[in-house]
Amino acid sequence: MRPGTPRAAPSIGARERLSDWIDRHSAQVFIWPAVIMILVFSIFPLVASLIMAMSRIRFRGGTYKVRFVWFQNFEKQLFGSEQFHFLGTFNGLGLLGWAIGLAVTLLIAWLAIRYLRGRVTAVGLVGRLFTWGLSLGLGWLFAATLFSGHPFGTLGTTLFYVFVGCGLQFVIGLALAFLCSLPIRGRTFFRVVFFIPLMITPIGVGYAFRMMADTTKGPFSPVWQWAGLGDFAWAADAWAARFFIVIGDSWQWIPFIFVVMLAALESVPRDYVEAAQVDGATSWEIFKDITWPQVLPVAATVLLIRVIEAFKIVDLPNIMTAGGPGIATESMTLHALFAWRSLDLGQSAAVAYLLLFVTVVTCVSFFNLVVLRRVRA
Amino acid sequence: MQWLFEPPSIRDMAPGTKVLVYAILTFWTAFVLFPIYWVLITSFKSAIDVNSGPVYLPFVDFQPSLHAWKELFVFDFWDTLSAYMNSLIIALSATAASVIIGSMASYALARFEYQPRFGVVFMFVLVMIGAFFTVGRYGVDWRLSCAAGVAVFYFLARALGRHFKARLSNGDILFWMISQRILAPIVVVVPIYMMFQQVSLLDTHIAIILTYTVINLPIVIWLMYDFFKSIPIDLEECAQLDGATRFRVFLDIVLPLSRSGLAATTLLVMILSWNEYLLALFLSTSRAQTMPILVAAMNAGERGILWWSMSVVIIVMIIPVVILAIILQRYISKGLLLGAVKG
Repeated sequence: MRPGTPRAAPSIGARERLSDWIDRHSAQVFIWPAVIMILVFSIFPLVASLIMAMSRIRFRGGTYKVRFVWFQNFEKQLFGSEQFHFLGTFNGLGLLGWAIGLAVTLLIAWLAIRYLRGRVTAVGLVGRLFTWGLSLGLGWLFAATLFSGHPFGTLGTTLFYVFVGCGLQFVIGLALAFLCSLPIRGRTFFRVVFFIPLMITPIGVGYAFRMMADTTKGPFSPVWQWAGLGDFAWAADAWAARFFIVIGDSWQWIPFIFVVMLAALESVPRDYVEAAQVDGATSWEIFKDITWPQVLPVAATVLLIRVIEAFKIVDLPNIMTAGGPGIATESMTLHALFAWRSLDLGQSAAVAYLLLFVTVVTCVSFFNLVVLRRVRA
Repeated sequence: MQWLFEPPSIRDMAPGTKVLVYAILTFWTAFVLFPIYWVLITSFKSAIDVNSGPVYLPFVDFQPSLHAWKELFVFDFWDTLSAYMNSLIIALSATAASVIIGSMASYALARFEYQPRFGVVFMFVLVMIGAFFTVGRYGVDWRLSCAAGVAVFYFLARALGRHFKARLSNGDILFWMISQRILAPIVVVVPIYMMFQQVSLLDTHIAIILTYTVINLPIVIWLMYDFFKSIPIDLEECAQLDGATRFRVFLDIVLPLSRSGLAATTLLVMILSWNEYLLALFLSTSRAQTMPILVAAMNAGERGILWWSMSVVIIVMIIPVVILAIILQRYISKGLLLGAVKG
């Protein structure tokens, strides 16, 4: 009810008064349930797990003892005895390692100088410092492990799932959506079929792909036997196992990107496309100059949603390979879960917090530097 | 060769291109359907059929048997049923709760203007951290500590609130809510476990429902915000002039107008909470066990993986989602999630 409206008769019942009160405070009533729930489930758990990440918790005969150790858990993961597990094995840089590391450094230095020459704001600078720092660290991490021939740890594996997996899913999902947006018959059929994998539980996908990949009893075993790879096991080779998980993850999540991108492609006005066709533009030119700019905002958002979810990957590696061989397919969530299972709560929380840090910096950078500046500018 | 790739008319495709497109789409159909087919036939296989190498066609390669289905639905009937009912109750309630609360919040953000003072928000966080600290360090009862914290915050905000100048905007609140989705469950799951232990709600439906509701709120808010933003405000103002309350406007005008977005969001949230594994693993032990936990448990035991039983469970688990998808299908007119992510 607006301030100017005349009030009803003075003898209004309690019920009307309540609904009137709610109406006048609707701005509060609408938002507080969500705010309270998110507050309860985010502030306390975040603080509590930060405290846990800074303590050493020992279980002894039914009780437990907590000792506050500041950053020792993080130190152990980053520099100490758990370094091989989290970051990877460092054993000197190879030639390629040096080249990649220096290239990343130069690239970031160039970006930094370019930014510092323009308009600098405090918030922008702090945010960018995080972005540059993380990219520099990750650049040298991969230079020292992957490109120097040493194994990397759970951080590298998680990033592999995120970037290779999401990249693959985005490209294939977009391509399928494009094909289904063409004027062909049976589009509805393809649309329904391509959506199905999203509905299957990730645990089920994990087991289904384990059956698929079995080289002795799986459906493709005659092919493997024929190729002379009868005793090859996907889960025994580090890279094969990683790609195996990416394939399973893609099978499940390509439908999501497909469905959203298909809707976006179909909302591109037909007139634009037809006008360009009349003018004799090739399909590629039409896609590049007309369709793509129209669907770019949707593409960026859907990719961001997918990246956020991909950082949390746990079910597939847990089911398909149990993190093996060794630690080759262990994602960071799985790492934290294993640490928790061995009752090492402090380390578990520390790994989880590191995951949170990497996720937040990556996603916020992507959102601010790509979505806000390039796409919606 | 040229005619193969030369389009005969503007609205048609060249025969060569058409063949190529169909080839790719058919290949992908096979890629999508084959694992599902394999799971389906595995559920009808006996242990020998699975372990002696691949057999592909029922009645031709092997004799299908219903033993796995029987095992699950006759011998373990009550276990299966209880897990299934748990999953249904939890997923449906959590979906309903997060869609309702989330769309209310995102409608509020799209229509009202909020300007919380930055200092007050900061103060609230500090006071709450202080409250947790007293609980953790000095063993104060958590109820007492939280109540004291809220009281202290109330008086501090009353006394000092006016002096803070910087204000947050709706955009900041929206960003804060959406960014909660970035929180990996593994970061918060142990404290959430402790929280429910304190109020002795562990291994109950309500604990899992609450948790799922909260983790899905950001998605709902994110997807619904643009839908609500795109509804013309004139309609609502007309209704308000006629004396409708905000709730009436929301229920009778806004929600029906955005039903395609609601349907798509509901489906997505339902899929996410129906399939959630990690949080359920922590928060349930026996009474509130959900289906994903049941599937994962098929791996344990001395008999190795029971592929056939697992296949049955996987297939049975798809059914509710498919039903919901079919029900919602007619509301999702054209653009599934489109208005939502258009930006």
